[in-house]
Amino acid sequence: MKERILDVRGLNVGYGLGDDAVRAVRDVDLTLHKGEVLGLAGESGSGKSTLAYGMTRLLPPPGVVTGGEVLYHLEDGSSVDLLRLPDADLRRLRWSEIAIVFQGAINSLNPVQRISTQLVDVLKAHSPRTPHRLRQDRARELLTLVGIATDRLHSYPHQLSGGMRQRVMIAMALALQPRVVIMDEPTTALDVVVQRQILRTLVDLRERLGFSVVFITHDLSLLVEFSDRIAIMYAGRVVEEAQSADLYRTPLHPYSDGLLRSFPALKGPRRDLAGIPGSPPDLRTMPTGCAFHPRCPRALDVCDSQTPALGQSRQNRSVACWLHPVAVP
Amino acid sequence: MRHNRKAFIGLVALGVFAVLAVVGPWLAPFEPSMRSNALLQPPSSEHWFGTTHLGQDIFSQVLAGTRSVVFVGAVAGIVATVLSVLVGVTAGYLSGSAGEGLSALSNVFLVIPALPLIVIITSSLPETSNLTIALVIGLTSWAWNARVLRAQTLSLRRRDYVEAARANGESTWRIVLFEILPNLYAVIASGFVGTVLFAVISEITLAFIGVSDAGGWNWGTVLYWAQSQQALAQGAWWWFVPAGLAIALLGTALSLVNFGIDEYVNPRLRTRSSLRGVHMRVGFTPVLIKESS
Amino acid sequence: MSYLLKRLGFYLLTVWAAVTINFFVPRMIPGDPVQALITKQRGQMTSEAVRSLYVLFGLDKDESLASQYFSYLGQLLRGDLGMSFTFFPSPVADVIGDGLPWTVGLVGITTVIGFFLGTAAGAVVGWRRGTWADSLIPVTTFVSSIPYFWLGLVAIALLTGPGSFFPASGAYEIGLVPNWDWQFIGSTVQHGLLPAFTILVSSVSGWILSMRNMMVTVSSDDYVTVAHAKGLPERRVMLAYAARNALLPNVSGFALALGFIVGGTLLVEIVFSYPGLGLQLFQAVGAKDYPLLQGIFLIITLSVLLANLLADVAYLALDPRTRREA
Ligand SMILES: Nc1ncnc2c1ncn2[C@@H]1O[C@H](COP(=O)(O)OP(=O)(O)O)[C@@H](O)[C@H]1O
Ligand code: SF4
Ligand SMILES: [Mg+2]
Repeated sequence: MKERILDVRGLNVGYGLGDDAVRAVRDVDLTLHKGEVLGLAGESGSGKSTLAYGMTRLLPPPGVVTGGEVLYHLEDGSSVDLLRLPDADLRRLRWSEIAIVFQGAINSLNPVQRISTQLVDVLKAHSPRTPHRLRQDRARELLTLVGIATDRLHSYPHQLSGGMRQRVMIAMALALQPRVVIMDEPTTALDVVVQRQILRTLVDLRERLGFSVVFITHDLSLLVEFSDRIAIMYAGRVVEEAQSADLYRTPLHPYSDGLLRSFPALKGPRRDLAGIPGSPPDLRTMPTGCAFHPRCPRALDVCDSQTPALGQSRQNRSVACWLHPVAVP
Repeated sequence: MRHNRKAFIGLVALGVFAVLAVVGPWLAPFEPSMRSNALLQPPSSEHWFGTTHLGQDIFSQVLAGTRSVVFVGAVAGIVATVLSVLVGVTAGYLSGSAGEGLSALSNVFLVIPALPLIVIITSSLPETSNLTIALVIGLTSWAWNARVLRAQTLSLRRRDYVEAARANGESTWRIVLFEILPNLYAVIASGFVGTVLFAVISEITLAFIGVSDAGGWNWGTVLYWAQSQQALAQGAWWWFVPAGLAIALLGTALSLVNFGIDEYVNPRLRTRSSLRGVHMRVGFTPVLIKESS
Repeated sequence: MSYLLKRLGFYLLTVWAAVTINFFVPRMIPGDPVQALITKQRGQMTSEAVRSLYVLFGLDKDESLASQYFSYLGQLLRGDLGMSFTFFPSPVADVIGDGLPWTVGLVGITTVIGFFLGTAAGAVVGWRRGTWADSLIPVTTFVSSIPYFWLGLVAIALLTGPGSFFPASGAYEIGLVPNWDWQFIGSTVQHGLLPAFTILVSSVSGWILSMRNMMVTVSSDDYVTVAHAKGLPERRVMLAYAARNALLPNVSGFALALGFIVGGTLLVEIVFSYPGLGLQLFQAVGAKDYPLLQGIFLIITLSVLLANLLADVAYLALDPRTRREA
């Protein structure tokens, strides 16, 4: 059994309170093991980003975490619940233990400050006593790590290409040697060639440095290649979770099956979810029962009245679908 | 704007001022210029806001003066808004030197100090009436909104549906009228409200320095007489306080309406910062968990 | 650099526009104001002064419009703004020269201080949205819709009077001779405090509101969330990430709004009888002193342009994206 590093239990995250509240993440359980790449996939709007920012308490207003716990297991064996940690402790833990590469690197960098300042900022905040020169050296080292020439250190963000900015964000994420890196669609805005290069760098770095990754994307094909395990989200819930190879070979949930069928061709235009007709539900007026039933080609009678729970259907496979009877823990 | 309390309060207050503009002169208990023997009296049950050095009733002056203030504000606002839409939308829609030229024109008008410009024009005119004052203010204060509208139009022009309409060979007029203008209503409305506020303050300021409708009353003329008759030195606070408060109230009402529009246009201002007592804080998402055990 | 060159070109265009307005506006004046002056002064005017006024008013009917325009430009370039009617026989340039330092000292300094104070306060209020700081908003809204001069009246009524530290009018003690000794400077400061305070209170509130809105807008930008994710101290996130970016539109807003603000602040001088351009403008309107009015308009426009240029340089220094590095 691999060592766990992050345990999400019954997480609920929403936008707003009261009557117009939107429940964007519902009762999500998720486990990240040491050194693994966990992929999180689903159509856009399925709640992947909300999950990632909700569990780190970085969701901007009107986001609210309404339930659950996020257990982070520290190196010394003790664990803390990120949702109940005092602000000062959470601030100290951020980036030094869990770093995040946000969706859209173009907006992740402060447009009016040099790359060097933004890299050094992190180092300064978490180890205030390091001499200035050492910090500069470290900043240079980080750029080299992600394949950027060190003479770019003093550039402003607008002077870099989109791919380079994304690399800078990755370099920044690795600055404090975190044990967990969460990446939200890190390559979505980039063209395919740059996307590949960056992913290769990433895989390479992970092997050398040994951090765990939560990799979020709406493009399942990327995950099949790069991740160890995959969790599929639909309408705020995790509907299937499995080893990448297993999921690829035998998807159990009809939604995962549809996602896999809508693989974009390796080259050429992307086909949009040809495998699944219809569109995701409105989170305010969710269908009863299995949220997927209006679009499901294999729906049963129970599907529109009772919600299937996520559970083990067979060895190492979790799924939430009435087609696959599970032993609910 | 159903839930917009600020805008609602502002609109109600504006409604009251509009009604007063119409009926104010009739409601006024005295003829505003009429002299009496009650010289420089503090507020009393007969003269609610006191009297001037000539025994004129200040309450009547303020009440009757509302009409001129609202008239100048509205006319100047309309003139400036029409101009700003014409110049701003055209400048934004036309590419090339015509657009650049119009945009430079609005920038020039923006940078030239408005009030001194209005002062030299109005004091050179053969006669000043409420209408000429309103026109001068309107003709000189459209630039700010034209600039805002140009920027908005530029970004709208690049939207897909506008590009598509152009590709389909729709006429420029149709595109501007049906694709672009409807998206600018909020910005135009906010520009109108802003200009009315500016026009009101300008009219009052002009009157205060002695440029006003001959023989008419507005809040600025009340202040002009208060200043020139040394109301302060004589301790006659009632002479200038009511007119000033009226300006501030009208100004606040206009600002409230504009806040409402701003929040409508910029959703980030709308997201309420606290919901049911929960403080929404960037960087530390609130955690609301009812501990069960 | 090309950015600054473009701006310089724009300022030249604006100067030209202001001068041209100044050339055409006096043509609307009914009658012949110069003749009226000559009659009043009964031959005390030199023929040179009369000519200069005729050029200024475009009354030289023998010349074509174009040649009138060029004589007018030529006259301006020589610094000849005509002769003041009220301060006869002082040239307008001298009259303005007396008033300008007072206005720059009072209006200039307080406008800049007001901007900085308001921006700083607005940053804090915007950052602390949802707390007590929000209750400042209605107050600032109310204050920012009051004309500056009225606030001056209230300040005089409340804070001056027999035995008060604050004088109600003037720029220095009557009887003192302007020079650089301590007594005079002390008196100047004492007289300047209340008008300065009036301008500050009115102008600060506008900046608080605009900076607050920018802070609120910027606070939900991604890089601010990233700064929080990086575990930076709250102060650092607020200053170096949020406020630093919110400042940019406020600085360009400052440049654009100067033309509006200056008008309002000038008139504070009237209620305090402060001997600057605002008071002169007031006197010129009352006396129909057209040359002085036009001169003041030109000088104020030039000063605003100069301030704009400085704001441009500041913006250039603050926003790396406008700098073109080769
Ligand atoms: N500010 C908001 N207010 C209300 N609903 C929101 C807000 N932001 C996102 N949502 C909703 O939350 C859902 C999940 O969004 P998100 O987590 O961004 O999805 P993903 O990252 O999977 O594309 C979406 O359906 C979206 O409509
Ligand atoms: S539970 Fe029913 S509707 Fe939902 S995915 Fe399974 S079969 Fe389809
Ligand atoms: Mg997302």
